[in-house]
Amino acid sequence: MTATCRDAPILKERGQREVFCGLTGIIWLHRKIQDAFFLVVGSRTCAHLLQSAAGVMIFAEPRFATAILEEKDLAGLADAHAELDREVARLLARRPDIRLLFLVGSCPSEVIKLDLHRAAERLSGVHGPNVRVLNYSGSGIETTFTQGEDACLAAMVPALPQTEAAQFLLVGALPDVVEDQALDLLAQIGVAPVQVLPARRGTELPAIGPNTRFALAQPFLGDTQSALIRRGAQPISAPFPFGAEGTALWLHAVAAAFGIPPQRVEAVIAAPRARAQAAVARVAEVLRGRSVFFLPDSQLELPLARFLTRECGMTAVEIGTPHLHAQIMGPELDLIAAGPVISEGQDVDLQLDRVRAARPDLTICGLGLANPLESEGLTTKWAIELVFTPVHFFEQAADLAGLFARPIRRRALLAPHARAAE
Amino acid sequence: MKLTVWTYEGPPHVGAMRVATGMRDLHLVLHAPQGDTYADLLFTMIERRGHRPPVSYTTFQARDLGADTASLFRTSAQAAHDRFRPQALLVAASCTAELIQDDPGGLAETLGLPVPVIALDLPSYQRKENFGCDEAFLQLARALAKPMERTTRVSCNILGPTALGFRHRDDVAEITALVEEMGIDVNVTAPMGSTPADLARLGAAHFNVLLYPETAESAARWLEREFGQPWTRTIPIGARATRAFIDELRALSGSTAPVDDSRLRQPWWAASVDSTYLTGKRVFVFGDGTHAMAAAKVARDEMGFEVCGLGCYNREMARPVRALAREMGLEALITDDYLEVESAIEALQPELILGTQMERHIGKRLGIPCAVISAPVHVQDFPARHSPQMGFEGANVLFDTWVHPLVMGLEEHLLTMFRDDFEFHDAAGPSHHGGHAPKPVAPHGAAPDSIAPPSEAPRGPAAPSASAVSLACVVPGPVPVGASGAAVAPRPAAPETIVWLSDAEHELKKIPFFVRGKARRNTEKFAAERGLSAIGLQTLYEAKAHYAR
Repeated sequence: MTATCRDAPILKERGQREVFCGLTGIIWLHRKIQDAFFLVVGSRTCAHLLQSAAGVMIFAEPRFATAILEEKDLAGLADAHAELDREVARLLARRPDIRLLFLVGSCPSEVIKLDLHRAAERLSGVHGPNVRVLNYSGSGIETTFTQGEDACLAAMVPALPQTEAAQFLLVGALPDVVEDQALDLLAQIGVAPVQVLPARRGTELPAIGPNTRFALAQPFLGDTQSALIRRGAQPISAPFPFGAEGTALWLHAVAAAFGIPPQRVEAVIAAPRARAQAAVARVAEVLRGRSVFFLPDSQLELPLARFLTRECGMTAVEIGTPHLHAQIMGPELDLIAAGPVISEGQDVDLQLDRVRAARPDLTICGLGLANPLESEGLTTKWAIELVFTPVHFFEQAADLAGLFARPIRRRALLAPHARAAE
Repeated sequence: MKLTVWTYEGPPHVGAMRVATGMRDLHLVLHAPQGDTYADLLFTMIERRGHRPPVSYTTFQARDLGADTASLFRTSAQAAHDRFRPQALLVAASCTAELIQDDPGGLAETLGLPVPVIALDLPSYQRKENFGCDEAFLQLARALAKPMERTTRVSCNILGPTALGFRHRDDVAEITALVEEMGIDVNVTAPMGSTPADLARLGAAHFNVLLYPETAESAARWLEREFGQPWTRTIPIGARATRAFIDELRALSGSTAPVDDSRLRQPWWAASVDSTYLTGKRVFVFGDGTHAMAAAKVARDEMGFEVCGLGCYNREMARPVRALAREMGLEALITDDYLEVESAIEALQPELILGTQMERHIGKRLGIPCAVISAPVHVQDFPARHSPQMGFEGANVLFDTWVHPLVMGLEEHLLTMFRDDFEFHDAAGPSHHGGHAPKPVAPHGAAPDSIAPPSEAPRGPAAPSASAVSLACVVPGPVPVGASGAAVAPRPAAPETIVWLSDAEHELKKIPFFVRGKARRNTEKFAAERGLSAIGLQTLYEAKAHYAR
């Protein structure tokens, strides 16, 4: 057996991070849970981040808002709680459709130690049972980008009803179309009953218990996993369902946990897997033999590097991730051939020095870095698109490869004209 | 606490970033947690800058709070200096760092760096982005500008342009050419395009040209006090203001050089008979104070529009905006609450909005055309072509961009004449706008929205427009807003007691969609004032005659 990254040393760095904070997760969560509202208790910076990250402005009336702290809120915490109660009452009066309200902590609310857990309990008493109020922190001092979803789901776990039923729980916010495909595959394989966290409505929270087996569909849900285990649920460890291989391994692991024979899984997945492999192979032609460098962003980096190296023929130079959960990432590290630097955390200036030295064919990075690197002649892919596009399971495998292929194809398309203009 | 959905301005440290990013050889060290780096993408994506903003973030985490955030700041400042070798270092705290009170200025002082270190005090819980720009530039000028001899030839500084400014790049090019054409040298243009060394030479100019009071008025006032440099008060937006600006330059500089205005087409374009249909069109103007006031004057005096609403989101400009509104017989709307602006527009039913990207979206929702005249900016506000707001070319640009969203003259008549034409239905929109047709209402929360990258038009559940506003309902209740039905703001409701009779309802549908909202509102008001409980065909035409102008 060839060496893998399982035992590779990890380069841990500390310094300036070029990443979003956990509040950003609200951008997709508020669409996923259709009767939930996310109220950030924070500063003007939080509000500005949300509208900037939301592609400047998604102008449908969003189900999120920021209660902006003002000078007088900082002076006395008692007053801040009173102000919060008033704003929540006004909000719920205007939005009677809301059944689940998240009070979302931010850097300033954490620093002034505004106790949103207490506030959530108090407000649940006032507005329940119609409205359940939960809290979590999406602050930048505690969470990086996708960890906001982790914190949100983890906050929901204690509120889930109890059940002794044997069942499967699919964990992670997926685009509805992807979630439907996953549920269909699981049903065909014979995994049943299946619940989903988060459910599409806050009023339909799944029940869990000691006979619940669950698998993460997103790699960044470490705290949610711990919270589920504390409730007695049993985790299923597997590579993540990206690409034909990842999806097949993930489904096999789930089926095995339910005592379903692999032949039955194979019978179900043979056709969609072959379709995915063929489609990926076509798209991956431009990726084959090229090098890729991941800057830390969403914690999707390791599964995606596994997909790119094993199914698209790329070579990974460095795989940076904001946080490496050794146990969750174990199955991924087992599959990635030794060679790339695995780095955790970030000192962006030092990391950019390494990018410039390696001059990879493709650099996966945040929006703040992409154009600067492009102007240095490096081809980039914005990492955020990987989080906001349906990329899981068989039918999206080629789309996923396409996200990486497009910037390379585009540079090739423009290159002759660029030369002609000189 | 103030509940906010969208904000017109970012926090003050983003203003400081706009100053620093516009300059060269200056670096900003921002005491801030991870996540505040989101602001970088404003510059690299919206403005498409090919370099990172010159900003280092200390990136403190929760575990640092009990320990030593101060030494983290010192390390970051030293590292930033060593790596980037700036001529001067700005230091500041973002909203979170302000709470932990580490005193970035004092800490940087202890490093003994060989370059000037300028500390900014940015009260995040009181002030906003424009203040941050103005304050950062003021402190830079105070720290760096030295008394010196005036230049031999008459010269001026051009003050105000920053990174991420609304058309600052093109305004500067336009005004620089104008000033030079008049035989006046440009000593320094700042902050955008300058270095700290350039700022040291500010005092050599004979006077200052202040393009954007929002970002540089404090510096202009300080330079006047310190170096006796007078500064221009006229904002050269529009043909008339540009001529007044030229007069002001002549008075300040003694220049008598003629100015070639042969490129100025806007006055003739407005006077030509094709533009007759612009007469008295009701426009709602909203933006930063400077751009809103300039646009209101151009709208009234150079386009022949009727200004039916005027306001600004930056309270600092409330006084002059109120004064101009009074002069126009209006009450100014001074608010940074986007929902308030939306209700005002909905109540007024203007035929055109001159606003920001926020109002553009409000216009989309209400089916009212909009041209953008002010920050906050969007990727569309950084066109590849030269597209100034100021000077003679700026006046030409205003004419084109304000007229473009409207239904044009003859088309307007055709729409009125042939309402039943199958291609002239409401959803068609102005014929020269391919993508203008109102979109169907998307199902709510179909998927975690694939986020619209900053370079694309916003997606998500489409704003319902004329087509979603059902005219079939006999009792006009609150306007249904489709997917986003439970709007945060209560919508103004028509009097519930007034019923539209079917002949009137049918006739109303024949009125072009872009004036139908106004017609409906006027007729209901007319009926309510007369205590009528039903609106028939006669009522509709009586109301039309009553409001005829």
